[in-house]
Amino acid sequence: MSLKNWRKLTIGGVNLEPGSALKNITASFRSGKKPVFNPDNCTNCFFCWVFCPENAIIVDREKITGINYDYCKGCGICENECPVEKEKPITMEDEPVEY
Amino acid sequence: MPAIEVLNGNSAAAEAVRQVNPDVAAVYPMIPASEITEKIASLAADGQIDTEILTVESEHSAMSSCIGASSAGGRVFTAAAARGLAAEHETLFIASSLRLPIVSAVVNGALSAPLNQNTDHSDSMAERDCGWIQIYSENPQEAYDNIIQAYKIAEHMEVRVPVMVALDGFVTSHSAENTIIEKGDEVAEFVGKFEPLYSLLDTDNPKTIGSGTGPDYYFEHKRNQLQGMINSRKIIKEVGKEFGDRFGRYYGFFESYKLDDAEFALLLMSSSCGTAKEAIDRLRSRGEKVGLLKLRVFRPFPVQELKETLAGLKALAVLDRVLTPGSVGGPVFNEIRCALYDLEKRPRIFPYVYGLGGRDIRMEHFEEIFADMREGQTKTAETGAAVRFINLREEDG
Ligand code: SF4
Ligand code: SF4
Repeated sequence: MSLKNWRKLTIGGVNLEPGSALKNITASFRSGKKPVFNPDNCTNCFFCWVFCPENAIIVDREKITGINYDYCKGCGICENECPVEKEKPITMEDEPVEY
Repeated sequence: MPAIEVLNGNSAAAEAVRQVNPDVAAVYPMIPASEITEKIASLAADGQIDTEILTVESEHSAMSSCIGASSAGGRVFTAAAARGLAAEHETLFIASSLRLPIVSAVVNGALSAPLNQNTDHSDSMAERDCGWIQIYSENPQEAYDNIIQAYKIAEHMEVRVPVMVALDGFVTSHSAENTIIEKGDEVAEFVGKFEPLYSLLDTDNPKTIGSGTGPDYYFEHKRNQLQGMINSRKIIKEVGKEFGDRFGRYYGFFESYKLDDAEFALLLMSSSCGTAKEAIDRLRSRGEKVGLLKLRVFRPFPVQELKETLAGLKALAVLDRVLTPGSVGGPVFNEIRCALYDLEKRPRIFPYVYGLGGRDIRMEHFEEIFADMREGQTKTAETGAAVRFINLREEDG
């Protein structure tokens, strides 16, 4: 991603592009761990979906299908809230940190 | 023909606002600026201006409303004083970093405690780094002239920086003097029509004002903001000249009074400069080579111009009307000494503090400072840059 120099910014930092927040990939600050989803043991209780603070749990046709890594911040709440006791469908795994 | 009216500083400021006719004025009364807001509210109620008056519940709200109104695309005015300006603190930064060309009169007053409603520069000096242009006025005429110029400076497309026009509380705000009020249509023509840069009410072009950013962009935004202040140096000079060409009263970053051949000089701002000029006249009549530099624009600080003007002096006394505990002298002193440091040959520069909470400074005090400077050149070298207080009781009196 290329970053603009200061001369290219608008006066007062006004944002002239409606909806451009979608381009802001907030996951850049996820550091060290990311959730990995395995559908095998998932009961589709939707706890992870309810609790995820970033709305990063992907749902397709009333089923959890994965994690949106563009917005997942790696907080681990999904793993923590998942009620499956053994072989959890969501586990936090190491992820190399890029700077 | 311009009219000559007997006006105090607050009325003169309100006259300028009447002629500039802003779209919105957010008002909250605070002594000694209340009269400005009352007069503007009356003018609006009488239909003499088109200004929408927002009566808000604090100065924080007043500046917040100004930010909203200016973002919406309006020309905006407010007036603040002392504690009220302190209440605006956070919002002043927002106004300047959003590059909103708001103009505020600041009627200088002391900050508590003890509670004191008289003048000093504690309030505006505490806001010296908030990104606003600061212009100081000696008398009602200058308050009027400066507010008119402030709109033209702030609204210039290369600037877009808010401007504070300061005048001393009571001494200027409540003391009436002959004041030339120019013809309304001439002033309106001089200031011109306001063109918003980005208007929120322009719904064909939706935009976001005041969004957030992380460490990856904040610094670049601040550098971008700085450019407006840098550009204002040129525009302040141009506007001061244009004002003079049209109305006969020329303005620059400062006024030099009998400085050409001066060996010793004073440097201060606002109303006390009138007294200083009288003192200098008296000393000049006794053959002493003394002068005054009346600083008008404190932000942006006119480094280059001051260097050129002050280089030839033997000594310079810088008078701050604010106490900055723990610092090396007051803010004006600090800036001046810093500005002149690079000169190969520079005057000795002495820090003074005067006039806190409305304490008087009289002719004899200025004479004492000159005497002090003449012999003090060695004294101060021994004692370091200790600030000297003028007209402070060291003994019971
Ligand atoms: S780690 Fe946090 S942000 Fe990422 S999917 Fe789980 S709950 Fe959402
Ligand atoms: S909380 Fe666990 S079981 Fe429930 S939907 Fe999410 S991953 Fe599946």
